[in-house]
Amino acid sequence: MKSYTCEICGYVYDPEVGDPDNGIGPGTAFEDLPDDWVCPMCGAGKDAFSAS
Amino acid sequence: MEPVVVKDNVYWVGSVDWNVRNFHGYSTHQGTTYNAFLAIDDKVTLFDTVKPGFGGELVDKIRQITDPEKIDYIVVDHVEMDHSGCLPEIVSLVKPEKIFCSPMGKDALLHHFHRDDWPYQVVKTGDRISLGKRTVEFLETRMLHWPDSMFSYIPEDKLLISNDGFGQHWATSERFDDEVDSSELFKQAAKYYANILLPFSSRVTAAFQEVREKNWAFDTIATDHGLIWRRDVDKILQSYVKWSRQEATAKALVVYDTMWHSTAKMASAVLDGLLLEGLSVRLFDLRANSRDDIMTDVLDAKAIVFGSSTINNGMLPQMADMLSYMKGLKPTGKIGAAFGSYGWSGEAVKLLNHMMEEMKFEVPDPGIRVKYVPTDADLAKCVELGRKIGKAVNERL
Repeated sequence: MKSYTCEICGYVYDPEVGDPDNGIGPGTAFEDLPDDWVCPMCGAGKDAFSAS
Repeated sequence: MEPVVVKDNVYWVGSVDWNVRNFHGYSTHQGTTYNAFLAIDDKVTLFDTVKPGFGGELVDKIRQITDPEKIDYIVVDHVEMDHSGCLPEIVSLVKPEKIFCSPMGKDALLHHFHRDDWPYQVVKTGDRISLGKRTVEFLETRMLHWPDSMFSYIPEDKLLISNDGFGQHWATSERFDDEVDSSELFKQAAKYYANILLPFSSRVTAAFQEVREKNWAFDTIATDHGLIWRRDVDKILQSYVKWSRQEATAKALVVYDTMWHSTAKMASAVLDGLLLEGLSVRLFDLRANSRDDIMTDVLDAKAIVFGSSTINNGMLPQMADMLSYMKGLKPTGKIGAAFGSYGWSGEAVKLLNHMMEEMKFEVPDPGIRVKYVPTDADLAKCVELGRKIGKAVNERL
């Protein structure tokens, strides 16, 4: 599974870690994140991310 | 005012805004400053500018040191208007050879000033430029506190230019931390952190780690607002570590708004309960306190108890304002509870609980609703609510 980087703020979504603070468990691929998931750092949408 | 020597051949050329009292909603009770710095070297370099309206002061100070047209480089550490707003007039006067900015800085500058003909030079973390006798190394500090933010470090001068980081809104004739009252300075720095940097606390930790890995050695932090740090560099760095961890103390806030004084009576009773558990307590009537001053106390409070009467099936508007603002600043690890009076429907407590859940507060009690005017028994329940929250605070710390 690939990591994805937010182009706005540089936050890296690591699928091994997930985003537990926002209910996303470890092992969740970026593609499987809900459409309304936002960058936990700056609030940008998924479309602001690109593969690291 | 005259320029001030920060380091040999590095000058403060900023402006003091003595009378601003509302800075995009932030209550600047004691004004602020917009700091810009001029380095005289083979390449004369201006770091940042000032808020629109203060450009004349900036140019006057530069003229006392050198002819503005001799400026070769402009470094834009942060694009927000209070630091870049005078760029159009400065660029037109100076005709710089290069304007250095981060990748996101170039994007932000283009979206602010719509000038694709300016001589941008994008720099990234680790990039260095030579000014002659001194070098400047850059560190992108995205989301501290905008995507474009960056630090400029001059190793030869042991000088860190930190854009809004470590800033304070405080207008003074003094320029350095050792020239002013220290407790007031740190209070202003805490308010700045609580209202500007708090939501990006994890980025503060990451930036500190990057600075450590780079072994940057500096004895002066030139921030873009307020006093320049040179005596208390370690203390402000340690304070940022503490604030970024959101380390709380045995302190609770009671924040309320009231229509016919019923919710105010309940607030006083909740306060009594918190005091009985030995906590340090602050009571804030939202009619008398600004949201940003309350946030300064939120920074190190472990618990916040919210009170609002119900109006038209909702909470009072000033409470909605407070919670909307607080939620955006992302306080973590708080304990909370709600109370309020009502006439017929009484939704405010439920809505307050919902907002606390969204902010991931621990809410150990469903809260207290009182119809119209509280009885002595109702107020006794409010005291018990305060005690319950106070006990929870003492258990968690």
